[in-house]
Amino acid sequence: MSDAPLPRVRLATTSLAGCFGCHMSLLDIDERLFPLLERVDFDRSPLTDIKHCGACDIGMIEGGVCNAENVHVLREFRASCKVLIALGACAITGGLPAQRNHLDLGLCLQEVYLTEPSLATGGIPNDPELPLPLDKVYPLHEIVRIDYFIPGCPPSADTIWKVLTDLLAGHTPHLPERLIRYD
Amino acid sequence: MTDFPSSAAGTELETARSGELRRVAIDPLSRVEGHGKVTLLLDDEGRVQQARLHIVEFRGFEKFIQGRPYWEVPVMVQRLCGICPVSHHLAAAKACDMIVGATTLTPAAEKLRRLMHYGQILQSHALHFFHLSSPDLLFGFDSDAGRRNIVGLAAAHPELARRGVLLRKVGQEVIRMTSGKRVHGTGAIPGGVNRNLSAVERQELRGMLPDAIRWSREAVQLVRELFEQNLPLYREFATFEANTLSLVRADGAMDLYHGDLRARDATGGMLLDGADYAEYWEHILEEVKPWSYMKFPFLRRIGPEHGWYRVGPLSRVTSCDFIPTPLAEFERRAFVEFDDGCAAHATLGFHWARMIEMLHAAEVIAELVEDDDVSGTELVVRGTRAQRGVGVIEAPRGTLIHHYRVDENDMVVRANLIVSTTHNNQSMNIAIREVARRYLDGRTLTEGLLNHIEVAVRAFDPCLSCATHALGQMPLAIELLAADGSLVDRLLRH
Ligand code: SF4
Repeated sequence: MSDAPLPRVRLATTSLAGCFGCHMSLLDIDERLFPLLERVDFDRSPLTDIKHCGACDIGMIEGGVCNAENVHVLREFRASCKVLIALGACAITGGLPAQRNHLDLGLCLQEVYLTEPSLATGGIPNDPELPLPLDKVYPLHEIVRIDYFIPGCPPSADTIWKVLTDLLAGHTPHLPERLIRYD
Repeated sequence: MTDFPSSAAGTELETARSGELRRVAIDPLSRVEGHGKVTLLLDDEGRVQQARLHIVEFRGFEKFIQGRPYWEVPVMVQRLCGICPVSHHLAAAKACDMIVGATTLTPAAEKLRRLMHYGQILQSHALHFFHLSSPDLLFGFDSDAGRRNIVGLAAAHPELARRGVLLRKVGQEVIRMTSGKRVHGTGAIPGGVNRNLSAVERQELRGMLPDAIRWSREAVQLVRELFEQNLPLYREFATFEANTLSLVRADGAMDLYHGDLRARDATGGMLLDGADYAEYWEHILEEVKPWSYMKFPFLRRIGPEHGWYRVGPLSRVTSCDFIPTPLAEFERRAFVEFDDGCAAHATLGFHWARMIEMLHAAEVIAELVEDDDVSGTELVVRGTRAQRGVGVIEAPRGTLIHHYRVDENDMVVRANLIVSTTHNNQSMNIAIREVARRYLDGRTLTEGLLNHIEVAVRAFDPCLSCATHALGQMPLAIELLAADGSLVDRLLRH
């Protein structure tokens, strides 16, 4: 990445219904963060104070879609990013949070916030500030078009590095076998 | 919303009418781990009527853990949080130890788990300070929003940024070697661990530790200097008195892996000491409020009104009697003595305490790497099978409670998790209110002023990711409030 002046690339990242592990894996590129910063500007990301995604070259999203606010953010990313990447198992399949898909959300809330289902409903949080939970946790591609899917829980730092450097070099990411993992 | 620079640095300062009050939202909270937002309600004069931290996600982890075999749990629960997966991994493993009757682990297993845990403390504290919070402290709370991040830090203080990245790397490498993966590994199993450290791995770590210890010491100094240079601000910013809760070792030493529950009041008076965490519900209850998915725990003997408490580095450093490694103990004393102990109540004192713990973690890792037990081969023990397991650990952000009940077919039938950030719920809301009243009342709101609120929230290092997934279940208090806010009914269950 030290070749002549290459164009700067704008990268946005966010976590929807994810655990931030995929973001941790991105940071696990360790010192390679610094050469990356020579080519990349961060837009909205948990690392910056930019709260809404602007026009970006690459968007990376971890986590599936579990509430109305996730849908909104995902659409904003799709509208703003030329290339949109589903990063990690949750973004691709819903991941572990999708375990709730075979449960009834209402019963789930009752169980957690009301110790006895027969009690008054006053205990379930319902303030308008709280985004509406969806009936299920959805993978990203059921809501918007996704360009690349990077498997792993989380994908390793080397995997993420390879994807980013390939894209920065202007070609389609190619992952050798050893960088594709599902655990 | 005429007086709002709504596009300031791309930050949306969303407002809406809510009766007579005007609503301002900081959404999403940035440079914190997880999803949350803050709302403020202002009256016509711009005075703050209410300030709230909302946890906006619901996952119900406890529910879908039910019906899984207990030995899956230590691996599964890590997906609660990718920032402190090791804490969940180990708290669940400790609960599973009780289930398989492993009352005492082998020295190898105990030390390998400790090593993993202190690696986690090191990486998490480094991440929080260098990557997330230091830009506020170094550049100023209302400095240019475009610069207040790790990129800005790398440009202005490249050496500091490099150290932050490398300190985190040391912690992550310790985790990788003890658990197999940097994020979501599998090292701890019911009754012990499934791997040990090779001589090569120990040698590799040995090489990294002198720098890690030196840089951690310098990070402690850096926060101390920030206090000295800005004393009035640091002493008063978001400062309030609170009870504290943490685990401590039987002799009063700081111990982040294991111990008994200790709670103190704001003056240091003992509220609870030597309490067995296996019966935490005797001491802690939780309340629900309609505007957050995060519950509000409190000390049972004091009640919900005054029984809330603070957990995490600030509570641990002030509540323990000593830290059992020399450099960190030296720094603890300096912290406690500084300016009549003002840092102990200061919300920004969290940063100082956190760096002391980071230094402690580096020292502990250095000790353990030299201990041949970490290459031991007796890794697992078993005893009399039990139906119930409770595992408690001091996660980077504070006390973390995992509690499971298992049936005769080894399936989990009940799970209850109280995560660190949940313990701090009330404290964070109070910190927000203090800052909002002090800095925002009647002023024209700017992005910089709103960042003051985020600075207060960040000091706690809230892991909203954990908080959204883990929702307590057993010890619960429900309050029914009438429209005017008066208490209609109150139910307690545990
Ligand atoms: S894929 Fe794994 S690491 Fe990534 S957000 Fe989901 S649970 Fe976390």
